[in-house]
Amino acid sequence: MDVPISYYVVLSGLVFSIGLIGVLIRRNIIIILLSVELMLNATNINFVAFSSYLGNLSGQVFVFFALTVAAAEVAVGLAIIIALYRHSSSINIDDFRLLKW
Amino acid sequence: METFVFFYFASIIVLTAGFVVALKNPIYSALALLVMFFHVAGLFVTLHAEFLAIIQILVYAGAILVLYLFVVMLLNLKREEHFHGQFIVGLFLGCVLFAEAVLLVLKGETTLGENLADSAAPIELTRGNTESIGELLYSTYLFPFEVASLILLVAMVGAVILTKKGILEVKG
Repeated sequence: MDVPISYYVVLSGLVFSIGLIGVLIRRNIIIILLSVELMLNATNINFVAFSSYLGNLSGQVFVFFALTVAAAEVAVGLAIIIALYRHSSSINIDDFRLLKW
Repeated sequence: METFVFFYFASIIVLTAGFVVALKNPIYSALALLVMFFHVAGLFVTLHAEFLAIIQILVYAGAILVLYLFVVMLLNLKREEHFHGQFIVGLFLGCVLFAEAVLLVLKGETTLGENLADSAAPIELTRGNTESIGELLYSTYLFPFEVASLILLVAMVGAVILTKKGILEVKG
């Protein structure tokens, strides 16, 4: 293990921050969901790195569960996007202010 | 050598992650994400998580990303929009959060390293990675495993109901 674990933590923090910025600044809902995928992947990198360095396989099992949840999130998220697009022919986040008074 | 491989994967991951956020066309963003998934899988291989590397490619690149591309092409978007009005604020917040994370890691590095050195036990190589994960999944994590299947079922039902015409429309 030549690479210190802090490198992995910094890499994962960087990817997570990029994903967070993407969620905050983009208007396209699809890109926002893609950015959420980025954040999930950042946590996965962390899990696997710590699992490998601690010699404990539980971290890898948790990545497995994170994958499951990511798949479910994508299925429901894309279904919502399609329903929204049918409703107002747009996936620009600025067009959806139904809950705003 | 290991350091070089790590920096190769890390730089490509960060670069493509930036592309995902910065590119205008959603299809290009999705393809950049595809490249990123492959490099994350490569990183998993260097960390001796071969099973997860394969699963990462199969599930993320094979299923999730295809679903994204399918929806992007289905919706036939005109290229409008780009960044939100709160661009500056978002960028600033992201940078601050990242700086905080780096500071925390740098401050805690000494204790982190010591703890890891104490408990560093190499994963036994008598059995394969897949076999060990399978045994753990069906013994210690049996209940979460079943819950995961329930989550997938609920997601499936939810996706069908949401996309079915005539259920969500307002009556009258």
